[in-house]
Amino acid sequence: MTTTTPARPRPADGGATEPRRRRTPSPQVLIVGGAIVIVGYLAVVPLWYLFHDTFTGRAGLTFEAFARAYGGSTQAGEMLLNSLAFALGSAALALVTGTVLAYVQVRTDVPFKGLLFAASMVPLIVPGILYAAAWIFLGDPNIGLLNTLLFRPLLGADPVNVFSVPGMIWVQGLHLAPVAFLLMVAAFRAMDPSLEESAAMSGAPRRTVLRRITMPLLRPALISAALLMFVQSLESFEVPGLLGLQNGIYVFTSRIYFVLRQYPIDYGAAGAYALGLLAIAAAGVLLSGWLQRNARGFQTVTGKAFRPRPIRLGRARPWVGAGVVAYFLVTVVLPVGVLVYASLLKFYAAPSLETLRTMTLDNYAAVIHMPLASTALTNSVLLGVGSATVVMLLASIVSWVVVRTRLPGRRLLDLLAFTPIVIPGLVLGLALSFVYLRVPLPIYGTLAILLISYCTRYLPYGMRYASSAMTQMSKELEESAMVFGASWLQSFRRILVPLASSGILAGWVYILVVSFRELSSTILLYSPGKEVLSVLIWEQFENGQFPTLAALGVCMVALLVALVLVAYRLGARVGLQSETAD
Amino acid sequence: MLIVDDLRKSYGGTRRRRGANDTDGRAERVFAVGGASFEVREGELFTLLGPSGCGKTTTLRSIAGLENPDGGRIALGERVLFDAAARVNVPANRRELGMVFQSYAIWPHLSVFQNVSFPLDVLPRRSRPGRAEIGERVERALQVTELGDYAGRAATKLSGGQQQRLALARALVIQPDLMLLDEPLSNLDAKLRENMRFELKRLQRELGLTAIYVTHDQSEALVLSSRIAVMNKGCIEQVGKPREIYTRPASRFVAEFIGTSNFVKGVVAATAADEVTVDTVEGRLVSRGSSVRPSVGSDVLLSIRPECVGITTQPSPGAVNEWSGEVLTRAFLGDAVDHVVGVSKLEIRTRSNPTRSIEPGTRVYLTVDPAEVTLVPAG
Repeated sequence: MTTTTPARPRPADGGATEPRRRRTPSPQVLIVGGAIVIVGYLAVVPLWYLFHDTFTGRAGLTFEAFARAYGGSTQAGEMLLNSLAFALGSAALALVTGTVLAYVQVRTDVPFKGLLFAASMVPLIVPGILYAAAWIFLGDPNIGLLNTLLFRPLLGADPVNVFSVPGMIWVQGLHLAPVAFLLMVAAFRAMDPSLEESAAMSGAPRRTVLRRITMPLLRPALISAALLMFVQSLESFEVPGLLGLQNGIYVFTSRIYFVLRQYPIDYGAAGAYALGLLAIAAAGVLLSGWLQRNARGFQTVTGKAFRPRPIRLGRARPWVGAGVVAYFLVTVVLPVGVLVYASLLKFYAAPSLETLRTMTLDNYAAVIHMPLASTALTNSVLLGVGSATVVMLLASIVSWVVVRTRLPGRRLLDLLAFTPIVIPGLVLGLALSFVYLRVPLPIYGTLAILLISYCTRYLPYGMRYASSAMTQMSKELEESAMVFGASWLQSFRRILVPLASSGILAGWVYILVVSFRELSSTILLYSPGKEVLSVLIWEQFENGQFPTLAALGVCMVALLVALVLVAYRLGARVGLQSETAD
Repeated sequence: MLIVDDLRKSYGGTRRRRGANDTDGRAERVFAVGGASFEVREGELFTLLGPSGCGKTTTLRSIAGLENPDGGRIALGERVLFDAAARVNVPANRRELGMVFQSYAIWPHLSVFQNVSFPLDVLPRRSRPGRAEIGERVERALQVTELGDYAGRAATKLSGGQQQRLALARALVIQPDLMLLDEPLSNLDAKLRENMRFELKRLQRELGLTAIYVTHDQSEALVLSSRIAVMNKGCIEQVGKPREIYTRPASRFVAEFIGTSNFVKGVVAATAADEVTVDTVEGRLVSRGSSVRPSVGSDVLLSIRPECVGITTQPSPGAVNEWSGEVLTRAFLGDAVDHVVGVSKLEIRTRSNPTRSIEPGTRVYLTVDPAEVTLVPAG
């Protein structure tokens, strides 16, 4: 069955009228298949080992580990309550603050709008561990500046204690609020204002419109933001580690860390805590899925950005503006300022003539001469660049499969690639150490194990960037390449990748930036000589070297600011918008 | 040249076919195309016409290789592109067809020249022409579409009409045996669309292209096509030349979809040589020259185009098909005037010269030439 039409050269193999002629798999099959295997490996293997090692004892299947972890004198109940209070409280604080600010930003004529967007960069450039450290400088019951400078002179008492559950909620909530802010700004922008205008035309006052139209329409966005806040607080290790551990306030993450620091190490108990944490996170995902079950019907996100007419605040305008300035001062200026201040002191103390006179750059000199600093910086850069590259490559292929093909397993693949978002960093760290302590590969104790961990953790974020870049691209652009004779590899390389490149680059920079602050899985997986910057900061904290910590922190913030600026120069949309898991 | 035989394509099992009987709760498979067969002859512009969701685009995409049909056979000349029975399915990139997409699918990161040269650039090395020849062929394609001066520009800098021509140039550059056009004019504004219609027709004739054209716009189809296939619910209702389709619709759907029509139900009273006499609620009507030969006593539907109905204020003695009635409403359309006339149990729409305008309420007489009364199979 060969062609006889003349006039034009045909591929010499006579077209593909004999489709099963080729025996070797095509590059498409190899590449896509390879990507699927890697994703499956990253997402499934650690969890399987975690389950396996937690439930096996000397006598086969057993629940002993759970008894050790949750039974008797372990005060597991208190830890559970602390965890829930901390996660729910932080999520609520972040969500309420973020939503109110987003509404003010998008829908009103409030002054100083730029400050809100500047504040929204905080989680990117100030890692959680530094944010918590800064709040120790501010809210320590003895030496915190809020107590010594503000409340002691005013009230004669020291009411602020950051080493408490409310203190932890405050720090975590404020650190997450910008994420909620950016998510809700996107939701407010994507909402067609004519939906609200028509309600106003029907005679509803503004308050009723807000309650009956705006909020119900935002429900899906609110729920997914709430879920993200909850899961991120639940898995946060930095804040409970810095603020809770020393007062014996445990949450799941700090408890896992605590257990792994004792001898003999009880891996089983740690695994049991990890599974508990995983169960709560999974329950949150299921709950939000259930709450959203009929939200598909009124998707308000049309992909079009609307420019609604801002509401005039009138006489309230200066007050709301003052609120915005106060928010910026409290969440950005105070923590960053105190970090810089502390980095210039020999010993941390409240500002006075004495402290001002003895200010010094010695701490920075110490950081530069610290032998580990350059190792940590190199490792951080290597891991950041490596994981960003691997993740975006993988995510591009996987999201192509998910978005563009009708492959039977693509839903499962999508799910697998998103699974790591509910796996807390510490749980992943623990699971990975289970895997590579057992598997006879030279991976444990090298940078490779950290790379695997980072790739797993950031895969969902990379997927977000890559799949949104591909969804935005008309399918016809690729189909036309196919019709005009391009093979899969040709159309992938010549059409798809160049067109999706800005989204892919944005994802790459985002992962590079966030990998610098990764602590919760690193803390379990690093070994001497394989430190990264965030581990170095953690070690300063454990040794009580606060001024060095502050100087190191300032350097790190400066580095991240530079990275983010370069990213903006490159035109990459580095926002936290894509931090949604859905 | 292109033969499509019993093409079938269905989707999932969850959605139901539009208009299908929903009484049983079980999900059935949705047939986007349910057995379409047609043949496209060399050098003709063949149009698939139908409302949205009728399966015309799915048919076109199946020919392009962008959809996997469930059944049927597609052959281009001697070359089998798809055959469900023989398990042949040539991938899209080996079919060597030209296609113009609805959105044009111009690659925004490439220049005008690069867009057009792409189909040549991706040919397997053995059959890829040299750089000079590629340049020459691209130039020629750009000349034909009057884009010669724009070769170096970024494709996104072109206007809508130019992008449309670029999409055409890209499809022409490999000199395909068959060109597929998926509603190529639907994104242009009305004026430009009319110009492009004639432009497209000219190119097709001059280059002797064989093309399949998909559209939902009946006037576009009537202007451009050599032949039209009218599709409805995944099936082809009628294939014919534009004039045939318009004057002799084979079904009520075709008559309704193309132009406007008055429908009168009736029972066949008598059949003569080429005349059929039909009893209707408003007396007897005679139809002449119909291709349909119904038996006496069967139910039929008569279709009468508004522009074929004569309207006068005086009775014309001896006329075969005459009604009298009263003008109900009148609408001025610019190049014509429509009168809706109430003939006791019927409302008949007439279309006439804009100089003719009759006050509502006036008594009028309507006449129709028997040759303009079309018998449509009832149902």
